[in-house]
Amino acid sequence: MLLCLTDGGIALFCVNPTSWQIIVFIYIYIYIYIYIYMGNVHSDKAGQFFNSGHTNNWAVLVCTSRFWFNYRHVANTLSVYRSVKRLGIPDSRIVLMLADDMACNHRNPKPATVFSHKNMELNVYGDDVEVDYRGYEVTVENFLRVLTGRLPASTPRSKRLLSDDRSNILIYLTGHGGNGFLKFQDSEEISNVELADAFEQMWQKRRYNELLFIIDTCQGASMYERFYSPNLMALASSQVGEDSLSHQPDLAIGVHLMDRYTFYLLEFLEDIHPSSTTNMNQLFKVCPKSQCVSTPGHRTDLFLRDPGRVLITDFFGSVRKVEITMETINLSSPMEPLPERINCTVHILYMCINKHIIPTAIIMYYVPRQKLLRDVFPCT
Amino acid sequence: MGLLSDPNRRRALIGMLTRLNAPICMICYMAGVAWFMGLAFEPFTLRTYMSENAMGSTMVEERFPAGERALATGREFAAHKKKTGGMPVDWLVRTMQARGLEVYTQRFSRKLPFPDEDKERYMVKGTNVYGILRAPRAPRTEALVLSAPCSPGNENNQAVGILLGLAQYFRSQIYWAKDIIFLVNEHDLIGMQAWLEGYHHTNTTGMDWSPLQGRGGSIQAALSLELSSDVVTSLDLVLEGLNGQLPNLDLANLFYAFCQKIGVLCTTQGKLPRNDWDTTSGYSHAVQTMMLMVLKQASSRPWGDHGLFLRYHIEAASIKGVNSFRPYKTDATTVGRLLEGMYRKLNNLLERLHQSYFFYLMPSLTRFVSIGYYMPAFGLLALILLLRALDLWVQLSSPPTRTTEDGVEVVPASPGVLSILTPLVISHLTGVALYTLPVLSQELAVEHFPVSETEAVVLTAIAIYTAGLALPHNTHRLLAGEGTEQGWKVLKLVAVLYLAVLLGCTALINFSLGFILALTLVPLAAFITPHVPKTLSAVVMVILSPGLTLLFAVFFFQELQETPVTLQEGWMLYLSVISQGILDHALYGSLLYPLAALLVYPCWLLFWNILFWK
Repeated sequence: MLLCLTDGGIALFCVNPTSWQIIVFIYIYIYIYIYIYMGNVHSDKAGQFFNSGHTNNWAVLVCTSRFWFNYRHVANTLSVYRSVKRLGIPDSRIVLMLADDMACNHRNPKPATVFSHKNMELNVYGDDVEVDYRGYEVTVENFLRVLTGRLPASTPRSKRLLSDDRSNILIYLTGHGGNGFLKFQDSEEISNVELADAFEQMWQKRRYNELLFIIDTCQGASMYERFYSPNLMALASSQVGEDSLSHQPDLAIGVHLMDRYTFYLLEFLEDIHPSSTTNMNQLFKVCPKSQCVSTPGHRTDLFLRDPGRVLITDFFGSVRKVEITMETINLSSPMEPLPERINCTVHILYMCINKHIIPTAIIMYYVPRQKLLRDVFPCT
Repeated sequence: MGLLSDPNRRRALIGMLTRLNAPICMICYMAGVAWFMGLAFEPFTLRTYMSENAMGSTMVEERFPAGERALATGREFAAHKKKTGGMPVDWLVRTMQARGLEVYTQRFSRKLPFPDEDKERYMVKGTNVYGILRAPRAPRTEALVLSAPCSPGNENNQAVGILLGLAQYFRSQIYWAKDIIFLVNEHDLIGMQAWLEGYHHTNTTGMDWSPLQGRGGSIQAALSLELSSDVVTSLDLVLEGLNGQLPNLDLANLFYAFCQKIGVLCTTQGKLPRNDWDTTSGYSHAVQTMMLMVLKQASSRPWGDHGLFLRYHIEAASIKGVNSFRPYKTDATTVGRLLEGMYRKLNNLLERLHQSYFFYLMPSLTRFVSIGYYMPAFGLLALILLLRALDLWVQLSSPPTRTTEDGVEVVPASPGVLSILTPLVISHLTGVALYTLPVLSQELAVEHFPVSETEAVVLTAIAIYTAGLALPHNTHRLLAGEGTEQGWKVLKLVAVLYLAVLLGCTALINFSLGFILALTLVPLAAFITPHVPKTLSAVVMVILSPGLTLLFAVFFFQELQETPVTLQEGWMLYLSVISQGILDHALYGSLLYPLAALLVYPCWLLFWNILFWK
């Protein structure tokens, strides 16, 4: 058997190797391949370090309906609020708008609570709810002013969306909606065109880096049809012509407690912790038609990154990507000369494969400094 | 050119109208009756459904536990009632206060225009007792009412017992957003009228009552409970109120929804529900139920204590417990739970019930016919009157010329205003006499005849009614000269249009009354002329007159209730119906008696005049 090292079809040298020479060549190939690959992986991970683009997270959570029989909309919003807080976004970065006070409604048999599961398993009102816009302050005008930042100077900071061009914003809307509109407070509506224009204003004023828009209403998909600004991802609980259904009533309270889509969204989010690597594709699968009866929809064509590479915590959590390192990292040339130690190859293989499995977030979170290849190989 | 502006086409249209008038009228009449009968046919009706979003579905958990204790309270109430011989005011006040309500009383008194022989009362004095359960956290802007009447004898004790039991249970709950007023009224409707007038600061019927010390805000809904047995086999819902007004259909839907949920048999008009709408007996059952509702609505009287609330735009219904010979019995706890569920759902209301229909007919508790579906039946009957009026107009505008002996063509003189006005005025004066004289002249009648006051009033009314039949002969003595062909036509035109407007307005407010009057008066109005055979048509006219319509309605009503009466009993019932009608008008402001006496009867007299036109 002839083994030729070719370069561009020109035989550089051809050898009639013996068995041990074959092994050596195989190892060298693997070496070079892994080294280049590791270099790429490093640059990928390093690239990813700066590629998610955002440095802070904001959430705007809006419940647009009032009256006791719309208890479930307030419960929806509060359960998303709870998840978002649990995953790290502080109250100073959350704008919570609730159109009615269910916890202190005269008809609430358990005052100061809002339950999302029947038999009163989960009180989403909790002890430290901070509602920024309450009651009649939740209007279309206020919502649009919050988004676009055109608030009078006297508005307190807790009522402002002080986002910048590195903010990832989560916007969650729930209430009663229809084809192309969302009803606020039983007296006015916001249309999908208005919403799209508000987002465009936000883009032009560089008020967001990426925006995730979730809406849980009837015919919710119509609300994101008109978006045209970049870096928007949208999810809705039902398509045009479908109704979003409520999940379960509680017989002691006498109302429906949650909507189906948000119920399953809450279940999904309960499994997310700040270091999860669950990505958006799994979020799109929340509440399939068998559970939700309506067909949830999503829109990612305006989003520049691949949704499979977007973490849930990019929007729902406030994950700090902090890494202190004493060494300089020269990222422009990932390739470094390696001592050619053949008896370390197995070790290399083993370590490299393991390293490949360890997720980036863990590395970032737990590993105090980025390990270079030569640190891993004690043999060098 | 257009259909009506082209003279040729207009002439053709008019020709067709005049030639085919009688056949078209016949067809319209039969179509109207057929449409009405078809309303009870199940595929033409709609299933009832909850329209109010705030009331949602029946997803509350009813937890009322104390049915037995409520019955014991009812027995205590009965004992105290027997001891005091009337309303045990002190005991009620103490009991309600013990349950944590704010208790107030109201005294009232009323002298009836003449003694009521059905309920055996003349000078009525009584006390209403009511307790207000204040909503724990809500402002006192809205209220709900639960009432039970304090009836003489052994009736409705259990109703008061359940009322007090529910009061105790409701008091320990914190989810009430409206005040709940628990009312025990004495002398049923008179007490209720006094309480409502006191609550709303109105005084429309001349009753004497003490002002209410405690108030609860504007009343959103009210239920009146009548229960005279410890166990019930079914619960009957009574909807018809004063002047044929009905509560919002959502209240009936709410009742039915809870009956379904809890598993209690619920009926309306006392008729059990049936599933076999495609058989003749099933259809006739539905027709019977609907006819009962029509007759009750046409009588314009409140058929339960709830009937008086409707005038104040408070949706109210009466729930009657019925204990018949069925094997499956429902106990007091279940009845209490049903009421608890209904009140919890009414508690969720944010506005008065207004989403569902206010005008409807119910062939059964699960099916209804709305105004849009039943009005064409009346419209077809009213069309007959309009066709007749058009026909007369055409005849009047092209009078047949008469040639005199000289060969000169003379157009007959148009009738003088006096010859039209006189019958009108005299008929209406007779109507006024029918309205005022019976009550005013009762002393006179009692002096001269061996009758009681009630009988005097009723018999005077009938006498005046019959005396009106002799009028045409007297009217013509007043008129100078003889009436002309034109004369009666003009009078008939006026009368037909008058009847059309009258029936139309009546049907809008009280469809049943308008329809029943139309059924008998419209054929009369269409076919009466001076040229029909006099005796036969006189008999027919008398049979179709409002007074005899009422007599037939009484017999028919008894048949539908499955308690047919003999002629003698029927006649006595008829007399008592007339007296009740007059009393209803005096006590509660029912409009049937003034409508019949002041408007319908004179209209009928006009046609009587036309029949005997000379």
